[in-house]
Amino acid sequence: MNIKMEQNEGVVVLFVREDRLDANNSEELKRELHRHFDSGKKNLIIDLAEIHFIDSSGLGALVSAYKNASLMHGTLKLSGLQSQVKSMFELTRLYRVFDIFSTVDDALLSYK
Amino acid sequence: MNNDITIEITMPATTCHLRLIGRISEILAEEIGNRDADRAALCELLSVVLTEGVVNVIKHACLSDLNNEIRIRISCSRGILIIMIYDNGIGFDLDAIPDPTFITPALTDKGRGIFILRSLMDMVSYRHANGSNVLEMTKKLDSEKITG
Repeated sequence: MNIKMEQNEGVVVLFVREDRLDANNSEELKRELHRHFDSGKKNLIIDLAEIHFIDSSGLGALVSAYKNASLMHGTLKLSGLQSQVKSMFELTRLYRVFDIFSTVDDALLSYK
Repeated sequence: MNNDITIEITMPATTCHLRLIGRISEILAEEIGNRDADRAALCELLSVVLTEGVVNVIKHACLSDLNNEIRIRISCSRGILIIMIYDNGIGFDLDAIPDPTFITPALTDKGRGIFILRSLMDMVSYRHANGSNVLEMTKKLDSEKITG
């Protein structure tokens, strides 16, 4: 999985450089996110701007990371949701769970 | 002019080919949809229900065994979309899969696939028939939005 990482004042930003997040690659993302939490990073932003298709497995990977963040008293925020991804968050009511921002910059501002 | 469409695909029981499912959805939506907006909505519907259906059959019925094959039959006739996904695996009980909880402390990372199928399609069933299992999903499409 192609993921670019940046750090900004204690916040890790992960840019997921894939067009799909589905049952074929969601486990890889899940492992990557858990690796960051295991290394002590507590505040993550995941930018999904390049993801144009997500399925229930992809949502599951994000839920798993959200739960991990909560356990560690950290945060997991999302940015850049495209149309189909937004629809899936609405259908599964996960938009009520996650803090979702239009852009990474907006998500970073929320930590100030 | 008869615009009824039926296509069949046979593929190994692996998630490696999910991108192909997405491409097939795009092509089908191009053929079935009347306007660009309708095609986009149809493509999204087809991509999601085909992916969720195929993944559930691969994981629960075929137990991700690459020696298993699944057969997908998609038809659109008189505004009715019918998707059949056949497998020869151990099968599963659709009704035994609970809806996901929406309460934050009890959130789980699994169980949303069948909920999504039931939300988007008019009918979802899984049964044993003629020597194999079949996941059947139907939906009446808005007649103004489809060709024919």
